Amino acid sequence: MEEDGGVTKKFLYVNRRAPYGSIYALESLEVVLIGAAFEQDVSLAFIDDGVYQLKKSQSTDGIGMKNFSPTYNALGDYDINKIYVDKDSLEQRGLTLDDLMNLTWEDENDNYAEKPSISLVNSEELAVLMEQQDIILSF
Amino acid sequence: MASIDVNGKSVEVDEEGYLVDLNEWSEDAAKILSAQDELELTDSHWEVINFLREYYEEYQIAPAVRVLTKAIGKKLGPEKGNSKYLYELFPYGPAKQACRFAGLPKPTGCV
Amino acid sequence: MTLHTVNKSPFETNSLETCLRLVRSGHNVLLFEDGVYGASKGTRFEALLTEAMQSCKIHVLLPDFEARGMSIDSLISGIETVDYAGFVNLVTENERVQAWL
Repeated sequence: MEEDGGVTKKFLYVNRRAPYGSIYALESLEVVLIGAAFEQDVSLAFIDDGVYQLKKSQSTDGIGMKNFSPTYNALGDYDINKIYVDKDSLEQRGLTLDDLMNLTWEDENDNYAEKPSISLVNSEELAVLMEQQDIILSF
Repeated sequence: MASIDVNGKSVEVDEEGYLVDLNEWSEDAAKILSAQDELELTDSHWEVINFLREYYEEYQIAPAVRVLTKAIGKKLGPEKGNSKYLYELFPYGPAKQACRFAGLPKPTGCV
Repeated sequence: MTLHTVNKSPFETNSLETCLRLVRSGHNVLLFEDGVYGASKGTRFEALLTEAMQSCKIHVLLPDFEARGMSIDSLISGIETVDYAGFVNLVTENERVQAWL
């Protein structure tokens, strides 16, 4: 599945749904992981209820569904380390960065230093980010 | 639904031979699954199988080959973190085959 | 340039509001399917759309608007109507499409 000599494109996955009420969040995560094999320039944005996907301490034992939140921690292994969270959406929901999982990646070029993957962005920064993309996939 | 016999207990597998319920896994189940591929599990195999089970426990996914190779290299050393070594152990593909022995679902992104 | 598409009623989801918050100057927005409800006069979103039109262009898919019992008379002034061919043109004229589902 590896690309040889292909053109690298900028992909942005836009996530705007909460995790368990619909299939969108899980589907998006699976597409992101599958897409990672193509070694493109991938970013993830979490906007509106999408920010709930990254909430800490999810525990689904009581609802009989798989808790897929630990999988976001694997994104760094898949070289996905540009995760943008919309500051307005977070604030409207009474949340701060501390309420989200601490997602990190290891920088091979910096002695495997662990670095944060999540950046909080405002509307303007998010708008600019979207404008820089070749492909935007919405979930 | 197909099944395998593990010490007299019937354990369900899907059409590709992966365990339906990963809680049904045991070392004996792994031995039976590998015997289907005419493979005898050595310590080197177990090292990878156990690694995969730990990875799944932590992240709730089976890693893609590229990710597995890198992570094995980091944990067990560069002489093991390369596809040559892993393919020699698991000729049908280190992610695909080893995951089956480990009782995990087929890796996401593996076709 | 980006074409932003909105296909949900603004009363059902906040897609339209988020879209208009993040749209950049000079971009295009197309309302279709239930998104067209946002294009009609007199809703609580009218001011938001009118303000957005100062920097970007808003289009509505007329067949979807008419299908829901609304006519051009009830369209917020400044919103442009397109037919299916116009929809396709918008897609091809823009560098990328951002679907606000």
